[in-house]
Amino acid sequence: MATVRVRVAALLHSYTGGLKVVEVEAGTVGEAIAAVDRRFPGLAFRIIDEQGRIREHMNVFLGEDKVRDLGMAVTAGAEIYIVGSLSGGKMGYDPIFLRPRIT
Amino acid sequence: MTQPIAPEGANTWIIGTRKGAWTLQTGSKQQLGEPWFFGHQVHHVLQDPRRGGTMLAAVRTGHLGPTLYRSTDGGRNWKESERPPKFRAKEESANAGFEPDDGRLQGLTLDHVFFLAPGHASQPGVWYAGSSPIGLFKSTDDGVTWDGVPGFNDNPALAKWCYNFAPGTPDGPKCHSVQVDPLNANRLLVGLSGGGLFLSEDLGKSWNPVNKGVAMDFSPPKEDGTEYEYGHDPHDAVIHPANPRRWYHQNHCGIYRLDWQDGAKEQRWTRIGKNMPKDVGDIGFPMTCHPRNDKTIWVVPMDGGTVWPRTSVEGRPAVFRSRDAGETWQRLDKGLPSRAWQTVLRQAMTHNGGASLELVFGTTSGEVYGSSDEGDSWKTLATGLPKIMSITAARLD
Repeated sequence: MATVRVRVAALLHSYTGGLKVVEVEAGTVGEAIAAVDRRFPGLAFRIIDEQGRIREHMNVFLGEDKVRDLGMAVTAGAEIYIVGSLSGGKMGYDPIFLRPRIT
Repeated sequence: MTQPIAPEGANTWIIGTRKGAWTLQTGSKQQLGEPWFFGHQVHHVLQDPRRGGTMLAAVRTGHLGPTLYRSTDGGRNWKESERPPKFRAKEESANAGFEPDDGRLQGLTLDHVFFLAPGHASQPGVWYAGSSPIGLFKSTDDGVTWDGVPGFNDNPALAKWCYNFAPGTPDGPKCHSVQVDPLNANRLLVGLSGGGLFLSEDLGKSWNPVNKGVAMDFSPPKEDGTEYEYGHDPHDAVIHPANPRRWYHQNHCGIYRLDWQDGAKEQRWTRIGKNMPKDVGDIGFPMTCHPRNDKTIWVVPMDGGTVWPRTSVEGRPAVFRSRDAGETWQRLDKGLPSRAWQTVLRQAMTHNGGASLELVFGTTSGEVYGSSDEGDSWKTLATGLPKIMSITAARLD
């Protein structure tokens, strides 16, 4: 387990009470997001769907690297960014379940 | 009809739009409030007409996943459901007995809750939610936590009923028109776009199609001459609150009425839309019924010809009313624009339920029209709103 900083974009500040950075103990990116969710319930489901996939219009970065596997290991001092992607304007159903799982 | 029974004393329209929800006072005040959930896609906001008056709101954003909010103080404060609707993880469906190509085996992801419905009057705290992709969820604690209805979501037949959850309907396939029979708490009706209408007589444990008599013009006739049992596209269905043996629905392929026959081998829909003027047709989204008179209904025809523009027929907006259960229809366009190409979605028309009945509908181009004379004349109540997806009536103090 390592202490990491999770930087939360404005579209999730309603969950964090305006807090932009949350420090948590975690071994992976997924664990870090889960730890933030324990402190601010409901936040994780807005980012990660019920199949464990990062939502289509959300991005998670570990440092500069785009996270495709929530099992990605983190080290002490790492910074995780949760941001909205350059999209999100569309509305309605997308056959997400037909796409390969992000692993 | 997203709200057959409006809360007693309803004094406010709740307008769900693609960019938030707005309140608009009914009656002569017509004061537009500041938005709730500004920037969020608000598919449906509904106040419980039973005691308590809890309000639920089905919300998502372009980026963030779907959730539900609830308010117990008339919308002054909203709190997210502790466990909002979500599908099973695909691993949990592995041994459910689904066909190998069943979409559920790959894991469904909730896109949005589309339709909210209170449970039976004898079951306070019970709510239902219909979703996209097609799913049915239930809360027994007034919207705080939600679970899938196993008899529906895990029904092996569901995939064949709803085209295996494939996209097709604009804005996604939907479970809508969740109706609880006021006379029978065990009887539930849901509409699937596409898929058809399905009935449960045992509080959602088992389901059967109830589509006899309904056209399916988008499929070739069956070679054996029989009717399709499912696969239809109901747009908006209602069990009449004052006469639950009478049902109405607006379909992709016409307007229908069903008069329930006790003991009958089958229940059959009659296409009352055939009585509409031929140059108008009977395609549309909303079906609105009078809260006390089971013969009075309103529809908003749209252009379902050629490439399906889904706008006012010939660019001349009109509501049509029947006062004899669909035998005859009257065109109601006084006060509406003489030329406009508007679309009224299935959840965007309702009434306030009051003794002095007020009707309202909203368009995808952001206009709201109201009538205080059962549709004889209309008045513009608001313009400039984002795409209107739903309107319900609420009592806000």
